Amino acid sequence: MSLSTDDVKKVARLARLAMTDAEVDAAQAQLNGIFGLIADMQAVNTDGIEPMSHAQDLSQRLRDDVVTEPNQREAFQAVAPQVEAGLYLVPQVIE
Amino acid sequence: MFESSLKQLGDALRAKQISSVELTQTYLDRIAALNPQINAYVTLNAEASLAQAGAADARLAAGNADALTGIPIAQKDIFCAKGWRTTCGSKMLENFISPYDAHIIEKFNAAGAINLGKTNMDEFAMGSSNETSYFGAVKNPWNLNAVPGGSSGGTAAAVAARLCAAATGTDTGGSIRQPAALCGISGLKPTYGVCSRYGMIAFASSLDQAGPMARSAEDLAVLMNTMAGFDPRDSTSLQRDAEDYARDLNKPLTGLRIGLPREFFAEGLSSDVAQTVEAAIAEYKKLGATVVDISLPNSKLSVPAYYVLAPAEASSNLSRFDGVRYGYRAPDYTDLTDMYEKSRAQGFGAEVKRRIMIGTYVLSHGYYDAYYIKAQKIRRLIAQDFVEAFKHCDIIMGPTSPTTAFNLGEKGDDPVQMYLSDIYTIAVNLAGLPGMSIPCGFGAATNGNPGMPVGLQIIGNYFDEARMLNAAHQYQLATDWHSRAPQGL
Repeated sequence: MSLSTDDVKKVARLARLAMTDAEVDAAQAQLNGIFGLIADMQAVNTDGIEPMSHAQDLSQRLRDDVVTEPNQREAFQAVAPQVEAGLYLVPQVIE
Repeated sequence: MFESSLKQLGDALRAKQISSVELTQTYLDRIAALNPQINAYVTLNAEASLAQAGAADARLAAGNADALTGIPIAQKDIFCAKGWRTTCGSKMLENFISPYDAHIIEKFNAAGAINLGKTNMDEFAMGSSNETSYFGAVKNPWNLNAVPGGSSGGTAAAVAARLCAAATGTDTGGSIRQPAALCGISGLKPTYGVCSRYGMIAFASSLDQAGPMARSAEDLAVLMNTMAGFDPRDSTSLQRDAEDYARDLNKPLTGLRIGLPREFFAEGLSSDVAQTVEAAIAEYKKLGATVVDISLPNSKLSVPAYYVLAPAEASSNLSRFDGVRYGYRAPDYTDLTDMYEKSRAQGFGAEVKRRIMIGTYVLSHGYYDAYYIKAQKIRRLIAQDFVEAFKHCDIIMGPTSPTTAFNLGEKGDDPVQMYLSDIYTIAVNLAGLPGMSIPCGFGAATNGNPGMPVGLQIIGNYFDEARMLNAAHQYQLATDWHSRAPQGL
């Protein structure tokens, strides 16, 4: 299979990556090369094989429902691009 | 002193032959002289390092020093360290000063080790040559025209050039072992879950694992004793009893069964690497080991499966970089979506964007079963190959990388060729097994360039790090490849 220009643009939009037409063209060629490599998988019969999502067979640990973290809002917001009165600022989304 | 083991340095510090401040300053001076050529470090903070050294000297004077107290350790710039710029090799985090410590950093701090600086790396650990770093490529100390490998290339170069006593790396598909091989040092990727991922910037969470990189297996064992351990803040951290990773170093290798996967010695392996690895296996036979022919029939599928699974996890993990809470925000935008798209487009480099796009595609509607689930099934086949192999051997050996270090720019335009340089390392991550690389000689000299280091890969069964370190240490007692240093720096 190979990705069309429209496929690449759609994926870029889903991934929230702005791309120029030239970048789309370059990405298309490289992604198709990579999917050519990935296509080797399809020749293998995997009927009845259980998908392996993780190296260790773990169940999620549970803990008591208690406060474990102190409030560090100021320290964490010190690295934010734009904050005001303890809030993260983004462009207006509701008119 | 630059050739001293961690144990020797610790002994010298405890005997007051040298202070930690003197030792740290000596390394900082060497870094100032050599780093402009090698670009192994992206961030130094002499004031913070020397303050830690002063505190370590007080602890040494008080007589309650740990094995690493006062010893300067370089940290891969993927580990968040409070008050330190932590970039992950990306413009996205160029100005990110971490407000907290990774678990690994906490462990080194508690041991009284010195954070000597943050080492360069491929952007978000995505690369095999260190050329994807926003802060410029690292140069291989053995030949400044060659790559150091990646993604922990800054760490590998720093250890090889004696710009630190030892260092940390992370390994998602070979990022400790391949640069260790290409730079002629020793590196260990532990069993998945042994070292906490807390505060280690995530790439592919089901594969990422931190580990030590140093000049010898003996030093790796010392570092593992500090780095390993349960951490409730990492949901996949394993609750196990503490172990002494140095406990088996001095055991003889008599009767050790070494499995040689025939697929690792087939087409694609360059002849100089093959000969060097075979000579290392011959040395192991002299040490009393026996060799067993084994097969990992699905290992050739590890690269395709990995390039579905790792990008899928990465596309999810890297969605957090949105220009809102931390990291880069584009200067101009029209609305929220435009801000996301421009911040990410300008903040991420080409390879990171490629992998985010692969991951987004394979997880998207209509392709999930064909790619993501298929790759997870192949992951199980690959893991089962190892289970079968370890019925016939105690340990597996082979080459770490199909070639010695290639030249800067040589594979720049072809991602697929770059991906294939991890053909022998990726299966280990998919299975979650421990793997390491130790230096075992040099490849062929070419075009006036000297022969470059070759790495021997050692793969162990789950939690068999002590046995792997034993095998590596016994080899290093019998050979001196690990103590060779690059000349002419």
